[in-house]
Amino acid sequence: MVEEEGFRRYVAHAILWIGIAIVAFPVYIAIVASTQDNALIANGQMSLLPGGHFFEVYYQTIFVGTSGSTREPVGNMMLNSLVMALLIAVGKIAISIISAYAIVYFRFPFRMPIFWIIFITLMLPVEVRIYPTYKIVADLHMLDSYAGLALPLIASATATLLFRQFFMTVPDELLEASRIDGAGPLRFFWDTLLPLSRTNMAALFVILFILGWNQYLWPLLITTRDDMQTIQVGIRKMITTTDALTEWPIVMATAVLAMLPPVFVVVAMQKLFVRGLVETEK
Amino acid sequence: MQKQAIFQSKLLPYALVAPQLAIVLIFFYWPAAQAVIQSFLLQDAFGLSTSFVWFDNYLDLFSDAAYFEAIVRTFFFSFAIAVSSLSVALLLAIMADKPMRGGSLYRTLLIWPYAVAPPVVGVLWIFMLHPSLGVLSRYLREAGIDWNPLLDGNQAATLIILAAAWKQISYNFLFFLAGLASIPKSVFEAAAIDGARPMRRFWTVTFPLLSPTIFFLLVVNIVYAFFDTFGIIDTMTRGGPGTSTVTLVYKVYSDGLLGGNLGSSAAQSVILMVMVIVLTGIQFRFVERKVTY
Amino acid sequence: MANVTLRNVRKTYPGGFEAIKGVNVDVGDGQFCVLVGPSGCGKSTLLRMVAGLETVTGGEIDIGGRIVNQVEPADRDIAMVFQNYALYPHMSVFNNMAYGLRNRGMKEAEVKTRVEEAARVLELSPMLERKPRQLSGGQRQRVAMGRAIVRQPKVFLFDEPLSNLDAKLRIAMRVEIRKLQRRLNTTSIYVTHDQLEAMTLADVLVVMNGGQVEQVGNPLAIYEKPATTFVASFIGAPPMNLMSIRAEEIKSQLGSTEAGILGIRPEDFVITDQTPAGGVALPLTVEAIERVGAETFVYGTRQQDEQRVAATPGELPPGEVIVRIPGSEAPPIGERIRVAAMRAKLHLFSGDGRTRIEA
Repeated sequence: MVEEEGFRRYVAHAILWIGIAIVAFPVYIAIVASTQDNALIANGQMSLLPGGHFFEVYYQTIFVGTSGSTREPVGNMMLNSLVMALLIAVGKIAISIISAYAIVYFRFPFRMPIFWIIFITLMLPVEVRIYPTYKIVADLHMLDSYAGLALPLIASATATLLFRQFFMTVPDELLEASRIDGAGPLRFFWDTLLPLSRTNMAALFVILFILGWNQYLWPLLITTRDDMQTIQVGIRKMITTTDALTEWPIVMATAVLAMLPPVFVVVAMQKLFVRGLVETEK
Repeated sequence: MQKQAIFQSKLLPYALVAPQLAIVLIFFYWPAAQAVIQSFLLQDAFGLSTSFVWFDNYLDLFSDAAYFEAIVRTFFFSFAIAVSSLSVALLLAIMADKPMRGGSLYRTLLIWPYAVAPPVVGVLWIFMLHPSLGVLSRYLREAGIDWNPLLDGNQAATLIILAAAWKQISYNFLFFLAGLASIPKSVFEAAAIDGARPMRRFWTVTFPLLSPTIFFLLVVNIVYAFFDTFGIIDTMTRGGPGTSTVTLVYKVYSDGLLGGNLGSSAAQSVILMVMVIVLTGIQFRFVERKVTY
Repeated sequence: MANVTLRNVRKTYPGGFEAIKGVNVDVGDGQFCVLVGPSGCGKSTLLRMVAGLETVTGGEIDIGGRIVNQVEPADRDIAMVFQNYALYPHMSVFNNMAYGLRNRGMKEAEVKTRVEEAARVLELSPMLERKPRQLSGGQRQRVAMGRAIVRQPKVFLFDEPLSNLDAKLRIAMRVEIRKLQRRLNTTSIYVTHDQLEAMTLADVLVVMNGGQVEQVGNPLAIYEKPATTFVASFIGAPPMNLMSIRAEEIKSQLGSTEAGILGIRPEDFVITDQTPAGGVALPLTVEAIERVGAETFVYGTRQQDEQRVAATPGELPPGEVIVRIPGSEAPPIGERIRVAAMRAKLHLFSGDGRTRIEA
C-alpha cells in the first residue's frame, strides 16, 4: 500500500474513531441507564454519566426481575437462553458432522437425493414456515420445552455443507493409511477425522452459539410459560411502548446482560469467529 | 467432485444420516409442505370446516392494498438498510485497511455489534430516541424537529432503518476487510504510480475490484432486512404507528397470531419462500461465476 | 531522460528496525542499474523508496536534478514493473496500458497511438481486448512492461519482474528487456536476487547486504575484483572458495601479512602436480562429481589429518573446495588429486572479510 504521512493518516484515524463512537454510543447509553434511578430517566432527565445504582439494579434484574405482573428473574432467562444456544450449537454440529461423513466417505443408494434434501434447507429460514412448524411442535407436545426450542432451529444445512467441504480437502492417503493400519470407518472417524475437524467445529460453534443465543421469533411463539422465556423474549415483554411504567434501568440492565455472552465470545474468540462467519456464508 | 478413497458398508451410512434426515423431514419439509397446502385452503371463522379454494388466498393478497404496501415497504427498508450500512462499512473498512498502528484494535472495536440480538438493538435505539425520555430526542427537539416515532410513521420507519443498519455495519465491515485483503496491494501501488489520485483510485480500481463482495453483501443484507429486522420492529414499534412499519415477515406473524387467518398467513409464507429462493438463486449464480468484473 | 542519485538514503521503521542504513548510488542518464542481494537485504525497499511507495527517513533521492523525497509517486515521472505484475484484473490489456495516460489527461487519439505502438513492439496487438486472467504468465509480464513504456517516463523501475516465469522464458525476457532498454535509452533500476540476471543486465551493478551497499561498479569489474568476501561469494556461480589462512609461511608466500582470508574461484583451479610461482596448491580427496556437459564440478575436501602438509609453502589449510574443469573428463570419487591456482587469480581479504587487499 502507498505509505501515507501526516494529514491523510490522521483523517483515517479520526474516521475510525467516529465509527467506533457511533457503534458504541447506544451501548454506552444502556450501561449508563442501567446504573441510574428510574424516576430520573422517566422524566427525561437522564445523566450521560454512570449513576450509583449499579449493584441494586443488577441484583434486582438477575434475581428478582421487574415489579410488574410477569416478574421473572433475568438470571433464569439467561439460563434458558444458554441451554437453548448450547443445544442448537452442539446438536447441529453433531448431526451435521456425521451426515457429512456418510455423504463424503460412503457410496450408497439415494446418496445424492439425501444430499439434496439436506442442501435445500439452506435456502429457507424458520420465519417462512413459522406457523406450520409451531403446529407440529405443539402436536408433538414440545411447547415450553428445550427440545421444542432447539430442534426446529437445528434443521438446516449450513454445518453439513461446511463439513462436507472440509472433508473433501482431507487427503485420500489418510484414509488409505488408516485402512492399512486396520482402522474401520468408525475408528477412522473418531481417531483421524474428528481431531482434524477441531478448528472447524470450534469456529462453527462460536457462530452457532451467537445465532442461537440471539433467536427471537421462534422462542417468542413457543414459550408460553414465563419460566421458559429466553432473555430476548423477556426483554421485549418488559417494555410497553404505551406504558410509562416501564422500568428502564432494569430493561437496560437486561439488555446489557443479553449482550454480554455473545459479545464476549466475539471479542475473546475473534479469530474463530471471523473464520466461522466467513466460512458459513460461502 | 467425489472422493476416490471410500469405505464399504451397507447400513452404517444410513444410520449416520438418519438423525439429520429425521429432523429435516419433521421440522422443515413437513411444515413447508403444510404451508403450501394450507395456502390453498380456506377455514371458516370458527375453524369447523375447511375448503379447497385454489389460488383464492393468493388473489386476495394481491388485491389487498395493505399487502402490496407491505411488499413495497419491505423492499424500501431492505434497500435503505443495505445502502446506508454498506456505505458506512465500506468507508470504515478502507480506512482500517491502511497500514497503520492500532489496526487490529480498530477491528475488534468495530465488529462486536454483530453479536447484539435484534430485539436488544430495538431496545437500545428506542431508548435513545424515545419521544419523552430518549437522550437524543432532547437534541432533536432543540433542533426544531417534532420528534415522535411512536406517532409519526415516517419517523418510525427512519428509526428502524437506522437501528437495523447500525447492527449490520460490523458484518459488512468484516467482509469488506476480507475483500480488500484479497486484492494484491501492488495493484493499488501501480494505480498510484499511474497517476490516479485517491478518489479516482477508489472509483476506478478499489470499487470495481470489490464488486463481487459488494454484490454478495447486497444480497445478504436484503435477506437480513427481510428476516432479522423482525426482532427490531417487534420491540420498537410493533408494526406501528398504524401499519407504517409492518414488513412481510411481521405481517405473516401478526396475521397468523391475531387474525387467525391461517390460509392467508400460509400464502404469505409461500410468497416469502419464493422470494428467498429467487434471491439465493441469484446469489449462487454469481458466486459460481466468482469473478463479475 | 534523467540521472538518479541516492545520497545517504536511510529507512528506519517506527519499531526501530533499520532497513536501509545510508546508501549512496549514482545512476547515469540512460544507464541500466541492477540492485542485487539476498532476500531481506533492503533492495526492494530501496526501489520502493525511489518509486515513492515508502517514505524516506533520511538522505535524499534525486531524479533528474529534483529532490523527490516528498513528491507523490504519480508526480515523479517514473514507471514500475511489479513482481506479480499488478495488472488491473477488471480492465482489458488496452485499458491497463491506457490507464496511466488517461489519468494524466492525455487525448484519446494520442492514448490509442501510444498503446498500439507499445503493443506492436511487445507483440501484444492481437490480445488488446483480453482481460489479464486470459493471458499466459509471459504475456502478462509483457503487458506490465507495456504499461511502463507507454508512459515514456524518465525512469523505469523493475521489482524482480522475471521471478514468476519459468527458466526458459526468464532468459528470453531478460534479453528482451535489455534490448528494449537500449532502444528507449531510459534510465532503469532493476531489483533481483538472481546474480546471473544481475551480471547480464547491468551497466552498473549494486551489490547490497543487510541494508548497506557492499560494492558498486561494472559487473565484470566486480566479478574480477570483489571488494568484500560477501560480494566474492555472492557474485559468480558456483561461489568463490574462501579459506582462512593463519600460517605465516603462506602469507609470506602470497606477499601479504595482513591477509586473513584467501579466495579462489572454482574456474581458476587446474589439476596439476606443479605449484605456480607465487601461487597456491592443495591436495584434495574427491568427494563428489557433477557433470553438466560442457563443464564438470569437482567437490573435494582436505582432511584434518593432512595438517602436517599445510606447513609446506604454498599449500592451504583444510576445508571443502569446489573446482570447475572444462569438459566431462573427471577423476573418480575417492581419488586424491592436487589442484593449483596462479598468483594473478588469488583474492586476498582482511580477516573480517570487509576489505580487499591488493598485493
